[in-house]
Amino acid sequence: MSKVGIIAYGTSPFTKEDHKIESMLHKSTNDLFQKNPDINKNEIDAVLVSTNNNSKYLSPVLSEMAGIQPKIAHSIESLCNSGTNSIVSAFSYISSGLADMVLVTGAERYDSPGQILEWDNSRGEFKHPIFWASIFSKSYKQKYGISDEQLAIVSVKNHKQAKENPNALSKKTYTVEDIMNSKKLTDDLKLLNCSRPCTGSASILLASKEVAEKYTDMPIWITGIGQKTTSAGFTKNTSLTSMESTVIAGQSALKMSNHNISEIDVAEVHDAFSVCEPMILESLGFTNPGEGINMSQKLHEENNFMINPRGGLIGSGHPLGATGISQTIEIVQQLQKTAGNRQINNPKTGLIHNMSAAATSSTVLVLEK
Amino acid sequence: MNFEEKLSKGQFYIPECLVCKKIIWPPSEFCDKCNGKTSLKKEEIEGKIIEFSKQNENYFCLVEFCNSIKLMAKMTSSPKKNQIVKISKCGIVNGSYFFQII
Repeated sequence: MSKVGIIAYGTSPFTKEDHKIESMLHKSTNDLFQKNPDINKNEIDAVLVSTNNNSKYLSPVLSEMAGIQPKIAHSIESLCNSGTNSIVSAFSYISSGLADMVLVTGAERYDSPGQILEWDNSRGEFKHPIFWASIFSKSYKQKYGISDEQLAIVSVKNHKQAKENPNALSKKTYTVEDIMNSKKLTDDLKLLNCSRPCTGSASILLASKEVAEKYTDMPIWITGIGQKTTSAGFTKNTSLTSMESTVIAGQSALKMSNHNISEIDVAEVHDAFSVCEPMILESLGFTNPGEGINMSQKLHEENNFMINPRGGLIGSGHPLGATGISQTIEIVQQLQKTAGNRQINNPKTGLIHNMSAAATSSTVLVLEK
Repeated sequence: MNFEEKLSKGQFYIPECLVCKKIIWPPSEFCDKCNGKTSLKKEEIEGKIIEFSKQNENYFCLVEFCNSIKLMAKMTSSPKKNQIVKISKCGIVNGSYFFQII
């Protein structure tokens, strides 16, 4: 199996602006080519588009706009983890020998239809994600004796970190009091506990070892992949305080990369809501059950950007199809030591966790220099 | 008559496999275990509140029925965890199911 490396990336700012999806896809793709003018577009074998947008034929559309005539061109949709699903598909094309270079571009608009899973009628009239997030929050707080103020620290930390990310939606810092005093959505969820849908795009270029080393002396290798889908419907979750799909995907990715969780230096995790960050940290094995919030709090107090350095989804915004790709770009920048004010001290191994629909599906990637 | 036709008339039927008798939730034409055809049975069922929260004046609860049907339902009075409840109202509005429990 050929090694697969990430050799280039591009991104757009994440905003609340109204742009066509085609324009957004082109924006980050163009940024990638502007930053890497030596890339020969004729060598791109596949163009994969990650989005929940209803527009059709987006991969051929993007290919035409970007001046690429790939062998393989199609879209990938899997709600919020469309981005890392697309990266896994690109990895598979390359490692199987079907492609040597694959462009993956994800984009979403602020009004994405992917925010609501219409099929999941077992949620009754409570289909918006704030309802499963409220149920998770209530259960988690009760089981481990955690307060709303403690959960608010996740939002405080991730908005603070997003301030160092020029492409992030959030430009402000907040206190615990600000989070607690923000609009009450339910008894267990305030507005600032939530990531926000937005408009944004992100692109990466993956290549086989031979091609990667031709273009860059700093390729970042994908050494671990784990995925698990337990169901589609929220009500099928067997636990409301841990994430089964994340546990399994994390173990698979670490096993493939021959690492254990203590060797991960930096991670982007899918903090769609405040409660998700500690649940994910526990499900991945960074901490024991019930102690994830202590890890987030300690990192915040020490100003350590190890978890969600770009600001996570809460700080960066959540353009669904672009999120997993943007998370991956952050870990690439961290490992290449080009993350500016967000830079972690000398990371060697990084992890991306991206999930969908109340953690019914998770993807975990491990990246290394 | 299928599950949604019954539900749109305010009637909650239990979808069950004709072959292996497994309750299939969410409702589907075929069994996810033995691939057999499913049918509907009418039965008075009681559920247990697993978790709940509140938005404005209404509570929303995750409820389990028959150890296999889990759904989100509205409750107007104050719920308790593990409280035994029944479906008092159900239907379809704008293509979405709704359930209310007492």
